Amino acid sequence: MREFGYQRAYDVSGAVALLDGDPDARFLGGGTNLVDLMKTGVERPALLVDVRELPLNRVESTPDGGLRIGATVTNSDLAAHPEVRRRYPALAQAVLAGASGQLRNMATVGGNLLQRTRCGYFADVTSPCNKRVPGSGCPAVEGEHHNHAVLGASDHCVATHPSDMGVALAAFDAVVAYETADGPGEVPLADFYLPVGETPHLETVLPPGALITGVTLPPAPVAAVSRYRKVRERASYAFAIGSIAAALDVHDGRVREVRLAFGAVASRPWRARAAERVLTGAPADAETFAAAADAELARAKPLPHNGYKVTLMRNLVVAVLSELAEEATR
Amino acid sequence: MPPSTSSDLTLSVNGEKYTLTVDHRTTLLDALRERLDMTGTKKGCDQGQCGACTVLVDGRRSVSCLQLAVAAEGREITTIEGVAEGGELHPVQQAFLDLDGYQCGYCTPGQICSAIAVLEEHAAGWPSAATGDVRPEAGPPPLTPEEIRERMSGNLCRCGAYVSIVQAVARAAEAKEAAA
Repeated sequence: MREFGYQRAYDVSGAVALLDGDPDARFLGGGTNLVDLMKTGVERPALLVDVRELPLNRVESTPDGGLRIGATVTNSDLAAHPEVRRRYPALAQAVLAGASGQLRNMATVGGNLLQRTRCGYFADVTSPCNKRVPGSGCPAVEGEHHNHAVLGASDHCVATHPSDMGVALAAFDAVVAYETADGPGEVPLADFYLPVGETPHLETVLPPGALITGVTLPPAPVAAVSRYRKVRERASYAFAIGSIAAALDVHDGRVREVRLAFGAVASRPWRARAAERVLTGAPADAETFAAAADAELARAKPLPHNGYKVTLMRNLVVAVLSELAEEATR
Repeated sequence: MPPSTSSDLTLSVNGEKYTLTVDHRTTLLDALRERLDMTGTKKGCDQGQCGACTVLVDGRRSVSCLQLAVAAEGREITTIEGVAEGGELHPVQQAFLDLDGYQCGYCTPGQICSAIAVLEEHAAGWPSAATGDVRPEAGPPPLTPEEIRERMSGNLCRCGAYVSIVQAVARAAEAKEAAA
């Protein structure tokens, strides 16, 4: 591991100033991803600015009935928070589906959004990887890709974003707030991650040196009936091979409002807007749910070894929406 | 001038203060084992995947292999060496002994530190991925074997002593409830 400096920040402007836009410096949250990547040499920062002491560790109700979640709130505290569990149960479920109790105690909301892909070629510094070394190639396209993207990928990179939390945040229209030396800014999570295209090494729209300060969830009564379901290769403590965050409101047998997002199928949490358009106003039945899934997955471009994900996601949509429809009309 | 790559710091471990100079690359795990000679905390995978290095940081279980020592300054660290009180084993330690919650024993310190925290998290009403209804109105879930397996899933046991581990955690939970 490369030697590095360490500074602890106690206020937001101080943290941004300590980092000073240095491309060789990184903010350190829980360290569950960054420290691991430093051990393997994927990340080689010269300076870490520790942000765990920043006063950003609260979950607060907003006047309009939404929630503001500080960037250093741990995954554990987010999932345990009564208002998260009451108003956005799928968000609590998504967080609880990720990692282990130990890692959830360490990991932070800001870090979760900026965690890197778990693609094996990205993690292996002896392999080419367009995300790690731009222009070096993507061995996954012809190689090991059974858990890679089927939506929104390119020939340059087929890696997935590994977050569970982010999938629920995407479904609930989260807005990311950040601070820069020039002042604060915010961006909807839907626009936070850049398209893969030819530049998979550029992952977010955050300005250089920006610090995520929090995430705001607008009020969403529909989220009260919501669910996160994660499919993985073992029962617990594994990344998803496919996941879904869904919320549903049914009135007179028809879908009044729906939220749908997919995980582990794209380079970002994938909001399924094409499916939502098919669902809204349509009969709340399995036939509609399947048609909605097909509308979203029509754009899927599976590789030789991950075509199962298309079937998996279709089945997940039908199963989870059917359960929610029953719950919504109970 | 490049920033200093080492720091003088004070770590608070099991109620005692230790002053040392560390290279910033030093993890809490390595500081405990190599610098403070507390070898109860074990190094398994060293990449946050096995849980052998679990300690309590400010009362919360954490993997010490992904925790930088320099970032642990100011926090209260509890290791397996510090969980017994006044010569009396912690109820979780006693339950692991009574029910053979181990085979080779290498993962055991991490399992026990993790289980101690599991009981605290459950007592605080935290749901888990095995909890059917996470809404607060549903109340805390009973600590069933399914709940214990999910909550302990961050601790791997290569000997496969899971059956006894789950029983030991359940026994310790009963003892805790009886004492409350």
